[in-house]
Amino acid sequence: MDRHYVRKLPATWWLRKRTYLVFMLRELTSVFVVAYALFLMVVIWRADDPGSFSGLFDALDSPVGLVLHAIVLAALLFHSITWINLTPKVLVLWRDDEQVDPRLIAGANYLGWVVASAVLAWLVLK
Amino acid sequence: MAGVEVTAESRPATPLWWLLFSAGGVMSAFFMPVTVFLTSIAVAADWLDEEELLDAVRHPLGRAYLFLLVSLSLFHGAHRFRYALVDLGFPWLGRRAWLFYGLATIGTGVCGWFVLRL
Amino acid sequence: MAPTDSDLSGRPVVMDVFRFLPDEETEPRFQRYEIPYRDDDVVLDALNHIKAEVDATLSFRWACRMGVCGSCGMMVNGEPRLTCETFVNEFHPEPIRIEPLAHFPVARDLVINMENFMDTLPTVKPWLMPADPKPIEEGEFLQSPGELATYKRFSMCINCMLCYSACPVYGLDETFIGPAALALAQRYNLDSRDGGKAERANVVTSHEGIWECTYVGDCTRVCPKEVDPAGAIQMAKLSYATDWVKSMLLPGG
Repeated sequence: MDRHYVRKLPATWWLRKRTYLVFMLRELTSVFVVAYALFLMVVIWRADDPGSFSGLFDALDSPVGLVLHAIVLAALLFHSITWINLTPKVLVLWRDDEQVDPRLIAGANYLGWVVASAVLAWLVLK
Repeated sequence: MAGVEVTAESRPATPLWWLLFSAGGVMSAFFMPVTVFLTSIAVAADWLDEEELLDAVRHPLGRAYLFLLVSLSLFHGAHRFRYALVDLGFPWLGRRAWLFYGLATIGTGVCGWFVLRL
Repeated sequence: MAPTDSDLSGRPVVMDVFRFLPDEETEPRFQRYEIPYRDDDVVLDALNHIKAEVDATLSFRWACRMGVCGSCGMMVNGEPRLTCETFVNEFHPEPIRIEPLAHFPVARDLVINMENFMDTLPTVKPWLMPADPKPIEEGEFLQSPGELATYKRFSMCINCMLCYSACPVYGLDETFIGPAALALAQRYNLDSRDGGKAERANVVTSHEGIWECTYVGDCTRVCPKEVDPAGAIQMAKLSYATDWVKSMLLPGG
């Protein structure tokens, strides 16, 4: 490649375009997924003994606990919505020589999300 | 060099990690938000008290659910974050697949031990 | 709100064009040209005006000027566009910045070197490898409209390289096989006449293949032919992952 000019992509490439920024934020929701998973591990760990669970429960009920959960919830909702919206691109289904409408696939997944959440909430809160 | 022929024996096991990433993506997308709701808003609004939450966690179904959610989420995050590191300009770190999947495996093991201990 | 003709026609079109003359300079620069505005000009028309009337040293590629050959791809205000399909009045009276397609080495001015792609494309074997080969005398392969529809979209690629310019994974690692090549592999994998999916696997599922894609999705956004290479790659991931599971579960691989 003699006398060619090579332009290198800077590490901040994802800050230059809105679509790139949204992509990077979407990928970084994985940090929040892992963080909450680790938190759940602490919950399971502490559930071994009602005494130690009390301390954890009080932390959940505190303003700091709520704020942290709110931040995590916002990130997780962004993950859920972007994930379900991309599902029709991975799951391409054909029926009778026609492609199943991608919106149907996304819609079915949204419905599944709502039902799963409702069932879990009902099971725990009743 | 792009397009170097790879034999069947040396083909990467990436499909496994991608499948775990996908399963974890579905689990976390469908179930994590409501779980966060339960451990925060439901608690703060007194819809869920300490005893009820403890019972739910210790219940066999609760334990199975939490183990599944935690382990798949760890593998989801491991895969996604390591590729994000490559995209962010740290390929030397992100390409060390064993590090990330290894940590996820350890996390899964630890979680399994916590769950069985209950 | 588009400016009216009377606002635009009196003002010259301002073009900041990337120049690189390897015989004379080691570093590139931008050169500003101001040319008359014509209402229905596309960026390619403006560049041709510059070359014909203002500066004959400017080099760039083009051919069909109607969006089917894929030759005239350039960065217009930071976005990969076909300059024959990009109207000047989309930007005028703001200055228009023209650069060579991103993520490719620049040979001269707006001309890039795409040999990397030309070398990579054949490795995914983008040709029909019939599942049931038969001689010509036995007649055509039959394919229903439905079977055609499953892959038709991915066959519309004109190799314009806009997707490679949009793809940050390729920008960071030029060994990545990339959107167009992987979409073409998927086009053949989906073709009912084809039986070459396993043979393509060696390259398509290598470290430089589909697994390197992180689904940014910009390739699909910039594609002038609505090929949706991102969709093709995600389908390929599911397809090859499913094959992998089957090969693990069934004895004999």
